[in-house]
Amino acid sequence: MRGNKRLAAIGAAASAAALVLSGCGGTDPGSGGEDATAWVLTGGSEATFRSSFESWNSDNADREIKTDWFGNDAYKEKIRTAVGSGSAPTFIFNWAGGSLADYVGNDDVVDLTERTKELQDRIVPSVLESGMIDGKLYAVPNNNAQPVILFTNNKVLEGAGIDGAPTTFDELLDDVAKLKRAGVDTPIALAGQSQWPELMWIQYLADRVGGPETFNAVINGEPDAWSSPEMLKALGMITQLVDAGAFGDKFGSVVADANADAALLHTGKSGMLLQGAWTYSNFLTDAPGFAESGDLGFANFPSVAGGKGDPANIVGNPANFWSVSAKASKEQQDTAMDYLNDAMYDEEYVDTLIENGGVPVTVGAEQKLADSEQAPFLTFAYDMVKNAPNFQLSWDQALPASQGQALLTNLSQLFLGQKTPEEFAKAMNDAS
Amino acid sequence: MTVADRVREPRQTTSPPVQPRPRRVGPPLVMSAPAMAFFAFFAIVPLVGVVILSFTTWDGLGTPTWAGTANWAGVLSDPVTQHAIRLSVILTVASWLVQCPTSLLLGVFMAGRQRYRAVYSVLFFLPLLFSAAAVGIAYKSLLDPNFGLGTALGIDWLNKDWLGDPSLSMPTLVFVIAWCFIPFHSLLYQAAARQIPPSLYEAATLDGAGRTATFFHITLPQLKNTIVTSSTLMIVGSLTYFDLIFVMTNGGPGNATRVLPLDMYLRGFRSYDMGGAAVVGVLLVVVGLAVSFLLNRLGGSSRMDSQMDGL
Repeated sequence: MRGNKRLAAIGAAASAAALVLSGCGGTDPGSGGEDATAWVLTGGSEATFRSSFESWNSDNADREIKTDWFGNDAYKEKIRTAVGSGSAPTFIFNWAGGSLADYVGNDDVVDLTERTKELQDRIVPSVLESGMIDGKLYAVPNNNAQPVILFTNNKVLEGAGIDGAPTTFDELLDDVAKLKRAGVDTPIALAGQSQWPELMWIQYLADRVGGPETFNAVINGEPDAWSSPEMLKALGMITQLVDAGAFGDKFGSVVADANADAALLHTGKSGMLLQGAWTYSNFLTDAPGFAESGDLGFANFPSVAGGKGDPANIVGNPANFWSVSAKASKEQQDTAMDYLNDAMYDEEYVDTLIENGGVPVTVGAEQKLADSEQAPFLTFAYDMVKNAPNFQLSWDQALPASQGQALLTNLSQLFLGQKTPEEFAKAMNDAS
Repeated sequence: MTVADRVREPRQTTSPPVQPRPRRVGPPLVMSAPAMAFFAFFAIVPLVGVVILSFTTWDGLGTPTWAGTANWAGVLSDPVTQHAIRLSVILTVASWLVQCPTSLLLGVFMAGRQRYRAVYSVLFFLPLLFSAAAVGIAYKSLLDPNFGLGTALGIDWLNKDWLGDPSLSMPTLVFVIAWCFIPFHSLLYQAAARQIPPSLYEAATLDGAGRTATFFHITLPQLKNTIVTSSTLMIVGSLTYFDLIFVMTNGGPGNATRVLPLDMYLRGFRSYDMGGAAVVGVLLVVVGLAVSFLLNRLGGSSRMDSQMDGL
C-alpha cells in the first residue's frame, strides 16, 4: 500500500507538471477556429461596433466574427502581449502611429492596400493617410474623427464679462485673468492626473508657434529637436498659463477617464476645457440639460501672434483603426476583408456613429450631419476636420512607445512646475 | 526592571530538560513533490526567464536580442530608477513607522475580552475585506478636490490636491496603504497577545506594576516574534507594493510616486522596454529576499522557539 501511495503521488505530480507545461505553451496561434475574432474597446464608439458586428453575424451565420470587449488601458497592455506571442485576434484595434509601425516592422499585420479598395473609396483621404506606412495601407479607420476642441461654458464666460471663446493666445490669458477676478478658481479645466490631456496643450501651442515642422523635426529624429526655439517658446507659454493660475491649483487630482474635467465645465466650476471631440458625447449623457441649453460652446484653438502655424490646423486622433493580423488563417483574413469592404461605414454604420455624436470620417457626410439632432456640433467638427491643412496625430501615439511615456511624465512635471521648459527639452532630447 | 526580573525568575530555578531535536518531522518528501513542481514552474522558471530577459533588448514584439549588460548599466544610471529606489525606501520606512506601532497598539487593545472591544474589532477588520482596486477608486473619489468629501461636507480643509500635489501624494498613499494593512497586522498582534499567559500579568500586578509597565515588560517582549514576522511582511510588502499606487496615482504626479514596482511596470508595459523592466524586476527580487533574510536573522528566527520556557 505504501508503495502504491508513493506512486500515486508521483503520478499526480507528473500530471500536474504536464498540465502546467501545456498551459504555458498556449493555444495554436490564430489558426484554431474558422471564425474571425475581434477585440473591441468599450466606451466611445461601442454602440456602433456592437450593432455592426451583430448585423454582420446575423447575415453571415456561417462565418461569424467573435468579439471580446475591453476597457482602454486593459486592452493596450493585452494586445501588445497577444501580438508579440502570435495569439492576436484577426482584427487588431489600434491608434496607428508608433505602435502600428512596430507591428509592421515585425510583419504582424497584413498589407490592406489592394484588398480594401471598396472601403477606401468611402473614407476621407487625410484620415486614410494615417494608416499608411511607407506608402502602404496597414490600418483602416473604424469610427469617428477625434479632433481636439476648445469647449466653453458660455454662461460662466458671460459671468466674467467675456464674449465667446478666445481667438488669440493673448485673449486667452486675458480671459483667464477675468475669470479669476470673477471668482472662478479653475478658469480652464485640465485633467492633470491622466497626463494625456496636458499633451493637447503643448501639441496645439507648438503647432501655432512653429507649424507642423516643429514636431516633425522630433518625429524625424533631428538632434535637439525638443529644444528648437519654437518648441521652447510653446513650452514657455504652458508655464505662463500655469503661473497665471489658468488651471487652478488642483488640476493634479483631476481624472479624465472619470470625466471629471468635463464635469468641471458643465457644473460651472470652469469656463473652458480643451478635450477631444468625444467629450461632446459625454456632455450628452452626463449633462443633457447643459448640452441643450446652448451654454456649451466649441471653438478651434486660439492663434498665436506672429506664429507660423495655420490657425486651422488641428491635433487629435484622426480615428481609431483596424488592422488585420498576419497570423490569422486564410479564412479569417478573407472574412476580415469582406467585412471591411461590405460592412464598414455602410449606411447603418454612419447613422449609428452620428446618432452617438460622432463625426464619421467618410466622404459626403454633410447632409446626414445637417439633418441630425446634433447638427451644430457635428457640422462644426466635420468642417474642422475637412478644412484642416494639417491633422497632427497625438504625440504619444505618433512617437515610439519608449518616448511616449517619457513625454507624458516630463510634461506632467512641466505643468507641476517641477521642470522648466529648458529642463523638459533636455530630458526629452536625452530620451529620443 | 524588577517586574521583568521576577517574571523571568522561574527560568533559572527550574531549567527545562534539554529535549533532543527530532531528526525529521512531518510527511515524507515525496508528498511535497506537487507543491515543489508548482513552485518550480510558477516561481523558479519565470525568475530564470526574467534574469535572462534582463540581458536582452525586447519590445514585446518579435524576438529578444542579446544586449549584454547594456540594460543594467542603462537602468542603474537612469535618474528615474534612482529616484524610484529612493521613493521605495521612503515608502517602506514610512509605512513601517506608521503601521507597526498602530497595529501593535490596536492588536493589544483588541486582545482584551471586553464586549465593546469586540465591536470595535469588527469595524477595524472591515478594510481587510475590500480589494485594493476598490479601495483605490473609492479613496480617489473621496479625495477629489472638486467633487470629493470636502465639497460634500463643506470642509474646505479637505479640499486639498491630495493625489495631484507632488509633496502631498506620497503621504496620502502611505495613509491609504496603512488603512488597508493595519487590520491584518492588528489581527496578528491580537492573536499573539491573547497567547500571553494571564499568569504573567497576575504576577506583575501583584508586584505593583501598572498598565504601562506591564505593556513594556510583558506584552512587548512576549510579542517579539510576532513583531519580527509582521515587520517582515510590512517591509517586503511595501517594497513590492503595486496595486493601490497604480490605481490611485499611476506613479504621478510627474514621478512623485513612481516606486520601483511601478517603475518596472511602466517600463515594461507602457514604454515596452522589457529588458529594462526585467532589470528592475531582478533588483526587486534580490532586495526583497535579502531584506527578509536579514530581518529573520536579526530577529533570531533560528532561535524562534517558545518564549514560554518554564511556565
